[in-house]
Amino acid sequence: MSQPALLLAFDAVLLATLLALALAAVLSPEPRRAVMLFIAFGLWLSLVWARLHAPDVALAEAAIGAGLGGALMLAAARRAARAARSNDDEAAG
Amino acid sequence: MTAQFLYGGAGLILFVLGLWSFLVHAPLLRKLIALNIMGGGVFHVLIAVAYRGDGVPPDPVPHALVLTGIVVAVSATALGLVLGARMQAGEREG
Amino acid sequence: MTQTSDRARQRAQARAQERARDLSLLLGVLLALLGAVLLGLYYLALDGGAAPRLAELALARLPESGVGNPVTAVLVNYRAFDTLVELAVLLAAVLGIWSLGPAPPGFQRSGAVLAGMVSWVVPLLIVASGYMLWVGGYAPGGAFQAGALLGAAGVIVRLAGDPTAGLPAEATQRWLLVLGVLVFALVGLGLMLFGAGFLTYPPKLAKWLILLIESAATIAIAAALAAAYVGGRPAPSKAAIDDYGSDSSP
Repeated sequence: MSQPALLLAFDAVLLATLLALALAAVLSPEPRRAVMLFIAFGLWLSLVWARLHAPDVALAEAAIGAGLGGALMLAAARRAARAARSNDDEAAG
Repeated sequence: MTAQFLYGGAGLILFVLGLWSFLVHAPLLRKLIALNIMGGGVFHVLIAVAYRGDGVPPDPVPHALVLTGIVVAVSATALGLVLGARMQAGEREG
Repeated sequence: MTQTSDRARQRAQARAQERARDLSLLLGVLLALLGAVLLGLYYLALDGGAAPRLAELALARLPESGVGNPVTAVLVNYRAFDTLVELAVLLAAVLGIWSLGPAPPGFQRSGAVLAGMVSWVVPLLIVASGYMLWVGGYAPGGAFQAGALLGAAGVIVRLAGDPTAGLPAEATQRWLLVLGVLVFALVGLGLMLFGAGFLTYPPKLAKWLILLIESAATIAIAAALAAAYVGGRPAPSKAAIDDYGSDSSP
């Protein structure tokens, strides 16, 4: 294969994975799983931006968008799971 | 040109996907994830527009816009999550 | 009697679910149409040929901006006003979080392995953040990335059991949070006093003024991100010390 065609194939794989991760994050009903997939999506997004010659933005997305945003959401998912569990306990007991 | 269309198009698809999820799914956390994916799509379009081929330096202006956008998005997410937790606590008390 | 009401409830539930599914399908079709229209417009816009853009101007004036990294030049020099207001947005978000009540209790004190790792990772993150800040002048990096790394250090410290995320007491924390906006605005106003426009740096001083602003912004961003992770108004310092380690949440 010639180089442009190879690069195009590389782009296609990169974007297909990105869209698949976004779809999985959006469709998963379990909060913790959704957040994990969202973090993976953010990290993949920063990879795509590195490919587009935007290393500054890629760094910021990996650290802030995926890292800190993911940490915030994970804490919230954990709180939500615990609240659901205590509600169940109240209903049962 | 092809790469620009491919990447920008993926950004538009991400935006629409996030918008759909934001409208359809009720739980707050899922709405916030959808909102962030919408934002990611918008950023993606901007980065794709800034990309001008492999030999040319990319346009720094959209990059700076996206950089500030990322920080604003994460601060809005943090505020939304705390607001949601507070609302839940209020519902349980009242 | 209960059986029939149960069955009725189930039927109502099934109907509601079906309606929700129909609605989500309808929305999906409508939004797919919207996406197709957007894609078409985007293609037309790209097909229209290269429009005049700011890139050439931004890259041509780079030697006068005081930094070598075009993105930093746009952020802190050409469009400094954007960044100033963006720091104000971050501050407003933290104020919103603080106004919603006290912080939830922290995590359980970490075990020896995590504590040992934290004592290695946190200093590394601080050094990496300083490097990011300095390197932002001429290579990828800058205040946002440096602030994110420093904020991540705070998150790790909170995960390891310190409920304050390594932030100082509330009075000091307030100063850290406003530091970015404060220094940015003071530099702008000072330049106005000396006859330049608001945030129009003289080329000789530009490098050092930008470094000053970026350092302040790094600290403010880090403090804001860590405070956002704490998720509420900090506890008074005495109580924070008493709470330390006594919380038993898993």
